Amino acid sequence: MSEEKTHIVPYKTQIVVLIVLLILTALSVAVTQLEFGSYNTLVAMLLAGAKSVLVLAFFMHLKYEKKLFPVMVAAVMVIFLLVLFVTFFDYSYR
Amino acid sequence: MTDNTRQKQPSFLEYQGRYKGILGWILSTDHKRIGLLYLYTMLFFFSVAAILGILMKTQLLAPGETIMGPQTYNSFFTLHGIIMIFIIVVPGLPAVFGNFFLPIMIGAKDVAFPRLNLLSWWVYIIGILIVLTSQFTGGGPPDTGWTFYAPYSFQTPTNVLPAVFGAFVMGFSSILTGINFVVTIHRLRAPGMSWLKMPLFPWTLYGTAWIQILATPVIGITLLLIVAERMLGIGFFDPALGGDPILYQHLFWIYSHPAVYIMILPAMGVISEIIPVFSKKSIFGYRAIVLSTMAIAFVGYFVWGHHMFTSGMSGRALFTFSFLTFLVAIPSAIKVFNWVATMHKGSLHLHTPFFWAVSFLFVFMVGGLTGLVLGALATNVHLHDTHFVVAHFHFIVFGGTGFAFMGAIHYWFPKMFGRMYDAKWANLGWGIFFIGFLSLYLPMFYLGMMGMPRRYYDYLPEFHGPNILSSLGAWVMISGILIIFANLIRSARSGPRTSEKNPWGGKTLEWQVDTPPTLENYDEIPRVDETPYDYRDYTGIDNPNN
Amino acid sequence: MTIHRDDLGDKFGMWLFIFTELLLFGMLFVVYAVYRSMHPEAFRIAAEELDVALGTINTVLLLISSLTVAMSITAIQKGNKQRALQLLGVTLLIAIIFLVNKYFEWGAKFEYGFYPGSEVLQELGFGTILFFGLYFFMTGIHALHILIGIGLFIYVIVQMKNDKIHQTDYVWLENTGLYWHLVDLIWIFLFPLFYLIH
Repeated sequence: MSEEKTHIVPYKTQIVVLIVLLILTALSVAVTQLEFGSYNTLVAMLLAGAKSVLVLAFFMHLKYEKKLFPVMVAAVMVIFLLVLFVTFFDYSYR
Repeated sequence: MTDNTRQKQPSFLEYQGRYKGILGWILSTDHKRIGLLYLYTMLFFFSVAAILGILMKTQLLAPGETIMGPQTYNSFFTLHGIIMIFIIVVPGLPAVFGNFFLPIMIGAKDVAFPRLNLLSWWVYIIGILIVLTSQFTGGGPPDTGWTFYAPYSFQTPTNVLPAVFGAFVMGFSSILTGINFVVTIHRLRAPGMSWLKMPLFPWTLYGTAWIQILATPVIGITLLLIVAERMLGIGFFDPALGGDPILYQHLFWIYSHPAVYIMILPAMGVISEIIPVFSKKSIFGYRAIVLSTMAIAFVGYFVWGHHMFTSGMSGRALFTFSFLTFLVAIPSAIKVFNWVATMHKGSLHLHTPFFWAVSFLFVFMVGGLTGLVLGALATNVHLHDTHFVVAHFHFIVFGGTGFAFMGAIHYWFPKMFGRMYDAKWANLGWGIFFIGFLSLYLPMFYLGMMGMPRRYYDYLPEFHGPNILSSLGAWVMISGILIIFANLIRSARSGPRTSEKNPWGGKTLEWQVDTPPTLENYDEIPRVDETPYDYRDYTGIDNPNN
Repeated sequence: MTIHRDDLGDKFGMWLFIFTELLLFGMLFVVYAVYRSMHPEAFRIAAEELDVALGTINTVLLLISSLTVAMSITAIQKGNKQRALQLLGVTLLIAIIFLVNKYFEWGAKFEYGFYPGSEVLQELGFGTILFFGLYFFMTGIHALHILIGIGLFIYVIVQMKNDKIHQTDYVWLENTGLYWHLVDLIWIFLFPLFYLIH
């Protein structure tokens, strides 16, 4: 039934990914000491976003799956962000 | 298609599986049996909710208290709404006809996850039972309306919790069906059936399934928040604790507006199946219908705010939502043009399903255009929470989905049961129903414009005349429903048997399998190389059996 | 009836389920965004009540457990059942430690009177009430998912011991892994939004 070759992700890649993830975590804690003003949240979200891309791509194998899967994930994220955006048409202008 | 060497296999109705009798149904993973389980459940609860509706209309026959007081009226419209929305129209067409015909129409033996499919029916039943307990326990039947608006929904002493939790559980059933259909359509299409060779009913089910997956969790978490509000006083929607009740309305409609498209998209699919078959003409603008289906599914996700024009949202949000609402009307209108163009110069065959399809077009247009009246900001302020809104959404939800459901059941009846219904009674039932429908809901437009609010058991004396017409219409419509149901039930049990594979001369795959279908639908998965609605070979001579 | 097997289809279904989970938590993030935009100062002050060290430890734990699940898939693909089982055992252990940490964290909050509907909170104003309401609701739903994950891991470990999950049929392990990474993903966002506001 399996038409696609299963891709085996080597242990080494995974461990490297974890190390990067830990560095990013340390970074996100460390930057709380710095002051970016209103960009604080943006910086935190960018770091979290970078971490989640790593988890999605390597741990959740999106990098190795059929194209359809990453496309779907991106579409769902776009829909969510649009909902958030449209909601703030109300809350930003009350 | 005749193959004389082949042994006739038992149909799915006769097939003897591991379990006998009723267990052979409620434990069956056959998509066709599950479809029928949904059908029977829905017919039962539709009758219950229709009786509630008729009692409310009888109460409104005259001003003042006639047969029920305000509290009873409130709990009646709440239960009517919960049943009709969560139990009937949201699962409606996908669960019944989607389950039954989706695999057959794309040339598959079953859905991708048959056991999950059965589970979703069971989850649905459990949800229903939980909702029903709200009627008989605790502080009495809920009186919030099916929308459970905060802050009233966590302040009323009535028994809101089970109703909310039951609706939450039914959401799981909806999600499971959606997941099942998306994977089925992606993975199990017959060889050769590329995306643009797929019939339109599966296409609309595909759009619907995506909305089910992406919108239903929103209502899930919203209802959970109501539970938390009632049990823990968490304060998200409670102005006394800093919460914003309007945020509840946002969350609620982020689901419930796409839910309207869950209801109407498969109805559009059914109509797109029926019209070419009875016009003997290829569907006009197949790609336009496909594209508009997906466009509706997508844009429909961002128009929720038009339910909240008078709630106190910011002006910019009002403008945005009104604009998006007008935008979503375009693909719907495209479809209407497609259907009408398909009939143009076709060879029209006036059978019962076609009557339902044509009357669908009429009520759908009335419902759609009055929707634009409500989508415009200025008129909305006048019409909000009046009977105009009630008339509008009954034209869409009942007129749209309901007419399509009736059309679908008459269209596919011979295939599902291997028996034919009595066409005379079916047509008579349709006529009475249609007349009753119009005289029930049309006066409500007028009443709403004159200012009669919805959800009151009483009204001012000057509204009496149109209300009499409306209530009488309700009784006429119920008579039509009785005739239709009696005819269908009698025909399913003892109508003339037919094993005719293709009584209407349809081109889609379900008309090439046995009537009724065998357990696995196909002995051999067919190969599909043609578009689904090619009537160029139609000679003008019909099958003499009809 | 021949047994129909479609691993890609099963994974597809799991991804669709993950989308429902993303939207479910997504709406909670919307609620969070709305109330934080209304009470930015109160949220900042309330966040200082949370223990950043404990939050960081839990973040690191979940990241490591994501690694061990991912590695156990590699191990079973290579046919190394013993290593796969060990890695799953580690994951299970981490999941339990996460919950224990959560228990102490929540317990401390209750001790100080920070819980929905408490008198202490009522006096601290709207922003604080909403912050702690969100904190308990969101981490609570997240903890519920951890609990379900623990159940799934136990099931997968038992199935693997009985050789129901093996080198050529491991879609259950893959889907459980996907679920667990989802739980991790949600936490990746919960952590900065609650602990690291400054």
